[in-house]
Amino acid sequence: MSDVTAEELMAITASRLLADHKVVFAGVGMPLLASAVARRTSAPHLTIVLEGGIIGTSLLPGKLPISTNEMRAAYGAQMLTDITDIFLYAQRGFFDYGFLGAAQVDMYGNINTSVIGRMERPRVRLPGSGGANDIISLCKEVLIVTQHEPRRFVERVDFITSPGYLSGGDSRARAGLIRGRLGAVVTDLALLDFEPASRRMRLRGLQAGVTVGQVREQTGFDLLISDDIEELSPPSAEELTIYRELHEGPAAEEAPVPAEAGDQVTAGPA
Amino acid sequence: MEQVAVLAARAGREPAARAAREAAARPMVDKRTTAEAATALVRDGDHVAVGGTLYSRTPMALVFALLRHRRRHLTVSRPLACYEIELFLATGALDRIVTSWVGIGLPWGLAPIFRHYVERGAARYDEWSHLAMGLRYKAGAMGVPFLPSLTMLGSDLARTLDLQPVDCPYTGERLAAVPALNPEVALIHAHRADMFGNVQVDGYQHMDTDIARAARTVIVSAEEIVSPAEIAATPAATMLPHFAVDAVVPAPHGAYPHECYGLYGPDFDHFDAYVAAAKEHGLAAALRYVEKNVDGHADFAGFVAAAGADRLAALAADARELMPQ
Repeated sequence: MSDVTAEELMAITASRLLADHKVVFAGVGMPLLASAVARRTSAPHLTIVLEGGIIGTSLLPGKLPISTNEMRAAYGAQMLTDITDIFLYAQRGFFDYGFLGAAQVDMYGNINTSVIGRMERPRVRLPGSGGANDIISLCKEVLIVTQHEPRRFVERVDFITSPGYLSGGDSRARAGLIRGRLGAVVTDLALLDFEPASRRMRLRGLQAGVTVGQVREQTGFDLLISDDIEELSPPSAEELTIYRELHEGPAAEEAPVPAEAGDQVTAGPA
Repeated sequence: MEQVAVLAARAGREPAARAAREAAARPMVDKRTTAEAATALVRDGDHVAVGGTLYSRTPMALVFALLRHRRRHLTVSRPLACYEIELFLATGALDRIVTSWVGIGLPWGLAPIFRHYVERGAARYDEWSHLAMGLRYKAGAMGVPFLPSLTMLGSDLARTLDLQPVDCPYTGERLAAVPALNPEVALIHAHRADMFGNVQVDGYQHMDTDIARAARTVIVSAEEIVSPAEIAATPAATMLPHFAVDAVVPAPHGAYPHECYGLYGPDFDHFDAYVAAAKEHGLAAALRYVEKNVDGHADFAGFVAAAGADRLAALAADARELMPQ
């Protein structure tokens, strides 16, 4: 296998966090790619939901969607509904994972995709929340995947578009966000989670060959360090092949529902 | 927060949208017209809700007709907004954008004209969450002043919009009270409609049903005008009844260069050309785009024809490949 790119590393690491027989509400880009890899490796019964109102998409290799609201995103879907409806499924509690990228994330997992600078007169006006605010507020466990750089990992975000643990402790619950918890943050350097009491971001695992010092250097705030840091296994040849086929084809077309799914449904989830 | 809605609510005037709906005539007549005639219903200062999402089933024939009218001080809302927002901004039509996301699509980066206006304070962007936009239209469609939700709580979006919380009278649970949105005009593109305005779409529905039901005036463009009998043959596919529709515009390829589910894919080459020009020449590029593609043709059909038969055939093939076999 040729050199692994940061994107491949992040998507494959993140894909391993998704358990089989679960439902993931995925944002476009890396979250969708990671979910699609999981579905072709360790989680064949993972149901991918997209905010365009798409349930159970399978994606056509080499024709990945740019938007969660286009025909390519709906390829092989089991159900199409409207946008508001899909978020109401999330609010009802059907979605095990919410899966997001982040332009800027802080030590409490708050995400900014709105503005660099002040909202009133921004230095850069970013596109905005889209469904991210809803996904982080309403899904059972939220996963974040993003590149590890100081400009992304900041002490305080300029603007809380999508609320993580707000100012830590029980502040998220006090704001009325009684649903959802932040599970993990996956980067090209590390796997992180949130320490249960302070809700501050904590280093849990390192990508192969990466040191704690390197992670600290790329993080714009004081990171908590877990007592037992695991070394993450590098992407396997099989995972890389699957990822690259998704990207480029060849279109070895996948059936929308795995062949054994019928048996699994009657047997109940594992 | 949208001050108009808030003040109206506090003054007990929120049922205005209901009163307008009750007062409107609902004749079952032939409502077919042109895009130019239909969009003449839009007045300066109106709130116009644009259906579809990002580059899917955007009512582009209606958007182009509205651009031609050069209205002023419009507010435009959408589930997710694409570069049509930039065309409204560049032609001086738009004061305010109400949506959850403005861009063109991830590969094209940030929308340059949008940034130019919003960063200078020349246009306002009220950023709601995606679900909040959906609930705003849904509350409008349901005829209630707000809907409770568990989203947007604790965020700076809620703070900048002055979004009010509400405590459940039964459980005490804290919720966000998402205010209704009743646009003056809704623009919707559909797969088919009959002359009375019974409307059907294929594939995903975006927020179009709620947008239309919330609005005071509803303009629908359709790929195909079919007979009432054909609509009645598949009544469960009808998303809007005739009495919720004011004008019907025949518009083949009416979402081009955006996609229309099952019929044609998006024309990314067209996007590439626009974005490259906008990044290099800024505002002037957006104005040239409107001159060439909107003003440069007698009508939308002329713009579509300029794309060429080969390109349209290729986009149709793209769509067919993605449909269930």
